[in-house]
Amino acid sequence: MKFYRSHVLVCVDPECLAKGAHDILDGLQDELVYQGLIDEVQVLETSRIGGCANGPEIVVYPEGVHYVGLSVDQLPFLVEEHFLKGRVVESLLAKEVKRADEELGPPKPKEVRVVLRNCGKIDPENIEDYIAEDGYQALGKVLSEMTPEQVIEEVLASGLRGRGGAGFPTGRKWQFCRSAPGSPKYIICNADEGDPGAFMNRRVLEGDPHSVIEGMIIAAYAIGASRGYIYCRAEYPVAVRTLNIAIKQARNLGLLGDDILGSGFSFDLEVRMGAGAFVCGEETALMASIEGKRGEPRPRPPFPAVKGLWGKPTNINNVETYANVPQIILKGAQWFASMGTEKSKGTKTFAIAGDVNNTGLIEVPLGITLREVIFDIGEGIKGGKKFKAVQTGGPMGGCLPEQYLDMPVDYESLTAAGSIMGSGGMIVMDEDTCMVDIARFFMEFTQDESCGKCTPCRVGTRRILEILERICDGHGKDGDIETLEMLCQQIKATSLCGLGQGAPNPVESTLKHFRHEYEAHIYEKRCPAKVCRGLIHYRISDNVCTGCMVCARNCPVEAISGERRQVHYIDPDICIRCGICQQVCNFNAVEVY
Amino acid sequence: MAGIKSLEELKRLKEEALAKRQARTTTGGIQITVGMGTCGIAAGAREAMKAILAVTEEEGLSDIIVRQTGCIGLCEWEPIVEVEIGDQPKVTYGKVTPERARQIMKEHVIGGKEIPEFKIPA
Repeated sequence: MKFYRSHVLVCVDPECLAKGAHDILDGLQDELVYQGLIDEVQVLETSRIGGCANGPEIVVYPEGVHYVGLSVDQLPFLVEEHFLKGRVVESLLAKEVKRADEELGPPKPKEVRVVLRNCGKIDPENIEDYIAEDGYQALGKVLSEMTPEQVIEEVLASGLRGRGGAGFPTGRKWQFCRSAPGSPKYIICNADEGDPGAFMNRRVLEGDPHSVIEGMIIAAYAIGASRGYIYCRAEYPVAVRTLNIAIKQARNLGLLGDDILGSGFSFDLEVRMGAGAFVCGEETALMASIEGKRGEPRPRPPFPAVKGLWGKPTNINNVETYANVPQIILKGAQWFASMGTEKSKGTKTFAIAGDVNNTGLIEVPLGITLREVIFDIGEGIKGGKKFKAVQTGGPMGGCLPEQYLDMPVDYESLTAAGSIMGSGGMIVMDEDTCMVDIARFFMEFTQDESCGKCTPCRVGTRRILEILERICDGHGKDGDIETLEMLCQQIKATSLCGLGQGAPNPVESTLKHFRHEYEAHIYEKRCPAKVCRGLIHYRISDNVCTGCMVCARNCPVEAISGERRQVHYIDPDICIRCGICQQVCNFNAVEVY
Repeated sequence: MAGIKSLEELKRLKEEALAKRQARTTTGGIQITVGMGTCGIAAGAREAMKAILAVTEEEGLSDIIVRQTGCIGLCEWEPIVEVEIGDQPKVTYGKVTPERARQIMKEHVIGGKEIPEFKIPA
C-alpha cells in the first residue's frame, strides 16, 4: 500500500463548497505537485470537520492541525510552510478547538453501552465515522439477506421493548403495523423528550444520529413504509440541526431515497419540530401535531398501527428503541437477549439527577438494582446525607423509598412498585426533601402540561394541586388524604391518555410510602424536612448571635430587629420565610424549627 | 461523495473510512523527524525524506509518523534525521544522504540496531 506521511482532509460539505472548497482541493493538488510533495501527502475529501462557518476548512494529519478560512492564494505559502518545512501556520488555525463530549464521560463500572456506544467517539456530523463503526451494515444485511418477516422475527426474538416507557414489545408493534391494511404506511420516531431533567434521547440524537436513522430505515423495510418523520422538540436545536445534517448525508450517499442500495426499497424521512407541549410526547397527540393540528390525544383504539398518521397504519417508536435496532440485526437477537432480565432485555439509558454525587447519563443492563445505580454508579448521596427516595420515569413516575433499593430495574418491577420505567429519568432525593412538596411540584408540572381535552386530567389534576398547595401552606385538614386518594384513583381510571393516567403517580406513591409526612403536615402543622414555607419558622439563636446586623440589613421585609451587638429577633408575623437571613448569617445563628 | 448502490460499495466505503481514521489516529510508535529548515533543504534533506518514505512503503511499515522540523542550530550536520522508537531515547543522525537514510531505516528502524558512526557526536 502506498504510504503517505501526511493526510489532508478537505471538507466538501455544501457550505464549504459554496465557499470554494473545490478550488482549495484543486489548488492543493496543484501546489503539492509543483513543490514535489504529491507522493508524500494525500488529499482526501471529507464531510464536515468543524462548523463550516469559517470554510473552506481542512484538517492535516497526523498532527491533527485544523485550518480554516482558506483561500487559493494562501496555498503556496501553506504548502511550503506546513508540508515542506513542517511549520504550523498559526494565522490560519481554527480558533475554536472542538470540545470533547463533556456530558458523557468514559463508561463507569457496571455500565454497558449499546445505544451510547458511539456518543463522544464518532463525529456525529460525519457519516463516514459512523460507517467506519459498522454503520449502515445492518441496513445492508437487512436489504440483501432478510425478508421483512425475518427482520420482525429477529426483533421479536431479541425481546426489545419500547424505550419510551410503556415497554410494549417492539417486534409485536411492527407486526401489527405490517399486517394492517392500508397504504402508504408511516414510520415515526418520537424524539419529544420532555421529562424535566431527562436528556438521554437528546444525547443520542446529537452524538449518534445515524443509529436512529438506520433503525428507522430498517423498521420501515420491516413494516413496508415509504415515509418517515422524526418528531423532535424545538427546544433541542442542536439535535434538530445534527439530524438534518445526518439525513442530508445519508440521502447523498443513497442510504435514504429511492432504491436504497439497489434493493428496490425506497424510503425517505424528515424532521418535524414540536412547539413545546409536553403532551405531544403522547403518540396520538404527536401525530395530530405532525398533521398540523392541535396537539391533543385521541382515544385508542384504533391504535396508530391501524389508523395513525393521516389515518394510515403508522409505527411509532422512541429514539432509543430505534437506536437499538441496528445492533440487534448485526449482533443477533441472542446477543441482545443475553442482557437484562427474563422479560426486560437489553440495556437502558438513564439520566440521573438530584442529590447524588455523580449525576449524568448512564447506560446499564436492565435488571440492575436501584442501589447499584445510585450508590455504585451515582457514587452515593451528596454531602454524606441519607437517601430518602428515588423517582423514576419522569413526572409521571412514582417515588420509591429505601426498601425498594434492592429491587431490579425492569418494566414489571417498577410498575409493581407503583412507578414506571418511563423514558429513563431518575431523580434521587436525600433526607432534606419534603415528599409532600415533591408531589406538589410534579403535580404543578402535569397540571400545567395537561392539554385540557378530557375532564379528569384537566379538572382532576387542578383539584389535587389545590389540596397539595393547601397542605404545604399549613392549611391541610382532616379528610384531605382520603380525597387525594379518591381523586388519584379516578383520574387514573378515566383519563384519556398516558399523561392523565400517570399524573397521580407521584401523589399516590408518596401517599403510600410517606403517609406520615402528609399526616405531620395536616395534623401537626409541621414539615418534617423543614421545606414547606407555610409550616416553618425562623428564629435567631440567643447564644450564637453576635448582633452584627447582617441579617437585619438583608431582610427584604424588615422583619428583623435588634441593636448592634445585641441579639436580634425575627418577628414571625412579618417574616415571609424567604431564608435570606439564614444564607447571609456568618455564624449559623439562624435556625429553622 | 457519490451515492452507493450496493452492499459491496457500502463495504468498500467502510474500508476507506477505516483507512482514513487510521491515518488520523496513528499513535506513532515510530517517529522519524527530518530537519527541513533552509539549511536542511540545501544540504539535501528532501532526498533523505524521500528515501525514508520509499523504504517505509517498500517494507509496508505501519504505526510510523514521518514529520519535519526546523533548523536545530547544527547546520553543518544537516541533513539531520531523528529516530524515536517507543520509549527508547531519541537518536540523532547527521549528514544523512539518501543511502545513509536507507541504511538507518533498514538497520535501526526495522532491525532495531543503532548505527553509531552516523550519529552526531554529543
